[in-house]
Amino acid sequence: EDKEEDDGKEEDNGSQQNRASRRKNYQRKNRDGKKVREEGSRKKDRGKTAPTKDQKESENKGKKTTKRGKEAENKQNKDRKNSTSSASSNSSDEESLSEEELAMLKEQVEQKKKLISTMRNKPWRMVKKLSVLREAQDFVEKFEGALGKGKGKKLYAYKMMMAKKWVKFKRDFENFKTQCIPWEMKIKEVESHFGSSVASYFIFLRWMYGVNLVLFGLIFGLVIIPEILMGMPYGSLPRKTVPRAEQATAMDFSVLWDFEGYIKYSALFYGYYNNQRTIGWLKYRLPMAYFMVGISIFGYSLMVVIRSMARNANESTADGDDDNFIFSWKMFTSWDYLIGNPETADNKFASITTSFKESIVDEQESNKDENIHLRRFLRVLANVLIICCLCGSGYLIYFVVKRSQTFSKMQNVGWYERNEVEIVMSLLGMFCPPLFETIAALENYHPRIGLKWQLGRIFALFLGNLYTFLLALMDDVNEKLAEEDVVKNITHWTLLGHHNSSAGNDSTVTPPPLDPADVPRGPCWETTVGIEFVRLTVSDILVTYITILVGDFIRACFVRFVNYCWCWDLEAGFPSYAEFDISGNVLGLVFNQGMIWMGSFYAPGLVGINVLRLLTSMYFQCWAVMTSNVPHERVFKASKSNNFYMGLLLLILFLSLLPVAYTIMSLPPSFDCGPFSGKKRMYDVIQETIELDFPLFVAKIFSYLANPGLIIPAILLMVLTIYYLNAVSKAYQRANAELKKKMQMQREEEKNKRNNKVSTNPMLQDLEDLFTPSTKTENTPKQAEDKKIESPNGSSPVRKPGRGEVLAGSPMAGGRGAAFSPPPQVLVTQPRTLGIRAPYPGQPRPWGHPLGPLPGRARGQPRY
Amino acid sequence: DCLFLLVYRLHGRYHEMAPNVVPMDYTKDPDVKLPMQLIINMPELKENPFKERIVESFSEDGEGSLSFNDFVDMFSVLSEMAPRELKAIYAFKIYDFNTDNFICKADLEKTLNKLTREELTAEEITLVCEKVIEEADMDGDGKLGFADFENMISKAPDFLRYYFKKK
Repeated sequence: EDKEEDDGKEEDNGSQQNRASRRKNYQRKNRDGKKVREEGSRKKDRGKTAPTKDQKESENKGKKTTKRGKEAENKQNKDRKNSTSSASSNSSDEESLSEEELAMLKEQVEQKKKLISTMRNKPWRMVKKLSVLREAQDFVEKFEGALGKGKGKKLYAYKMMMAKKWVKFKRDFENFKTQCIPWEMKIKEVESHFGSSVASYFIFLRWMYGVNLVLFGLIFGLVIIPEILMGMPYGSLPRKTVPRAEQATAMDFSVLWDFEGYIKYSALFYGYYNNQRTIGWLKYRLPMAYFMVGISIFGYSLMVVIRSMARNANESTADGDDDNFIFSWKMFTSWDYLIGNPETADNKFASITTSFKESIVDEQESNKDENIHLRRFLRVLANVLIICCLCGSGYLIYFVVKRSQTFSKMQNVGWYERNEVEIVMSLLGMFCPPLFETIAALENYHPRIGLKWQLGRIFALFLGNLYTFLLALMDDVNEKLAEEDVVKNITHWTLLGHHNSSAGNDSTVTPPPLDPADVPRGPCWETTVGIEFVRLTVSDILVTYITILVGDFIRACFVRFVNYCWCWDLEAGFPSYAEFDISGNVLGLVFNQGMIWMGSFYAPGLVGINVLRLLTSMYFQCWAVMTSNVPHERVFKASKSNNFYMGLLLLILFLSLLPVAYTIMSLPPSFDCGPFSGKKRMYDVIQETIELDFPLFVAKIFSYLANPGLIIPAILLMVLTIYYLNAVSKAYQRANAELKKKMQMQREEEKNKRNNKVSTNPMLQDLEDLFTPSTKTENTPKQAEDKKIESPNGSSPVRKPGRGEVLAGSPMAGGRGAAFSPPPQVLVTQPRTLGIRAPYPGQPRPWGHPLGPLPGRARGQPRY
Repeated sequence: DCLFLLVYRLHGRYHEMAPNVVPMDYTKDPDVKLPMQLIINMPELKENPFKERIVESFSEDGEGSLSFNDFVDMFSVLSEMAPRELKAIYAFKIYDFNTDNFICKADLEKTLNKLTREELTAEEITLVCEKVIEEADMDGDGKLGFADFENMISKAPDFLRYYFKKK
């Protein structure tokens, strides 16, 4: 038993040749001296003088004891039994140790314990790990009893287990969170094949869906459902009934398809709502709710758009400085080692390739050197051309609208004259974007910036679209308002006449009320506007889907299958497969949302339709992209934030707020339909509520607040705050840029320093070799032993000659310190000095075979 | 106890790959090694583009055949409990195709080709390799030593996330 123990110590000696082990040597020697064991001390001497030989021996030993070692690792408890006897045999010796030595021993035990706990972190072969572990465990077992502490193992095991569980839980939770994000996998799949720019559209679409869901919840929860549950039922009022003349065809599909008939007189549109102040037993103030929901839709949208813009901006500045290792990280960390499924692996390969391509495009762009004057000239030229195009199409739209106004006054105009505006608009929408793209080729921007320009230009073109639409609508509304005045009188007289006639016939019997279907009614311009928006949205959906089906899917099928029997190569040649049109799709989404915002006040059901549209569009477009599109020729990375899309959305939101605000503030609501009928203006509902439902002083406060004397200073204050905050943020930005520059410079400096170090190091080493000539002789046999990959000590990548110098954090201090420190023989004979010298650079981790650069270790090691 | 169970399970996996070669009983310390072909067909490794390199760097003879000890070694390093430094060391070994203790351009090209299934053009590959060297090579010797590698990898945000493996 004892002999084996000694061998174990030798192993130790061989493998851990550093200060601490030397101290242990001394310790052991001391103890052995007491025991007066000749053999042991001889062996120890050998261990000191010829460590390499020992090392070999220890390796052999390690191999022999593999099996036992494994057992030791598995069942640590058994080992305890084995070593108890030796511990007891030694215990008598331990008692005689002085206090100082006891402290030292304690330290060693701690170190051994640390070694055991960090064993799994060492890059050693299992064989070696086992032998070292066994040895360390024996040591701890033996001396822990002497020092009077044996607990902690269980606690440690428990801690380890908890840590493991915690890690697993965290990972599961992360997975769960990812699974909770809707369509995350779908989008990731698209991203892996088409790049982040295409994925950014789908992310935008998903975000839009989320916003629309909230709007839908607001409108349905606070307006439509209360009206259906508690409002007067269908047929009870003229506004809730289909007029007699239309009743025959009210259920026909063609009528319903135009959103007339029963759909027009349903809770989906403004006109259906009654102006009763409170409805149902809840005394729900429906008109008030309608108004507030209409306002809060805009409020919420504005808030959410701006908040998300701010967050995006924050994120893009927060991690903007990590771009030092783009390619390296992509190369070494992009493979996901959890992948075990062939399909996922395919996606991962595609996504890695795509992301490499994206970065390559960026890199090429930044390295491009060309004739800057020519480029500038071409860019100016392209902008001039595009401005010409825009002006031309603007004038064309203006001209066509003017013409259509004259046409509308004429009778019996043809089909073309009636639909001229629409035809011209759709022709412009069809031909201008490709034209812009062609012109943009002159500019030769980075595709990401090119996309922004393209978006901006098409946006400007589509504004014309919006303008004509609103203009036509306003004409319509004005016409309806004029018509309404006439109808109002008729209705009045009809009702009066009905009453009179019934009163004249028989005054005792109450006259049978006029059937609501027979009451003459006004045109209700609000519902007309609502229907217009709904129609537009639905036709937009249909056009989008049919375009995708024909333009992408049919085309892809044609190219794919007809290619077998065609004169030229269809796939490479003319039609080829479609690319995903990011700009068109994003703008389609943005303008559609504008329609929703404008229309939702007059057609509460519109948001529901939109939610359905976005939902189907997600699945349909994902499918279409994956089946029938090809990635862009230059796959480019999307900008970090979607802020450009958000900016467009904000602009559209603002633009769509204007007409709605105008109609609310300055047009009188219809007299016989809608929640605000009978009032002069729609916003009167607020005043009414305040006057009737709140105490008097609230009304007073409100009137004060509405005073221009208060509002103008408030606006001034806000402007000043904006100015101040803007200045502050500018200052932060500057500071940020400064810091970034400093960091970059530091990095360069470090690089240079390292370069210099390599060049000066051989000289330094020669100098040190003069002092300690034994270095080389010891080093070489070991190198021969660990053939190519790994030395038995495992940390070979760290300890190859020439590498160590670079690795050591402070080679000067560490190297010199090791070189000039007294040789071990001296230390053994003079233990006190050593004790004082303990806090050396290599001291804190004397047992470890450090993985990273450790001062004093890489150089110091081979010397002893 | 939990560690023992783990090793037991691992041994089960090891045994089931070649039931007639691997004994159930390890008390006699048999010298059994499984060839690489068997190991890389494990579901955990099957889809990995670096599977051959992984197995090679864990095998003691460098040929790719694994003894049970090496096998346990491999799983302990690839497990998520293994510390970052250890993973970095083995990652370095895996990417060092020609085992010269440096990741040179040839290694980078091989890595890239395995990662992208050779879908990049030659110029793109050259560009990427040059960029990697330029980014990570701190001492200017035109190849990545372990120090460079560790310095680079330790700054990577998702290294840990991607470099572990389920048991």
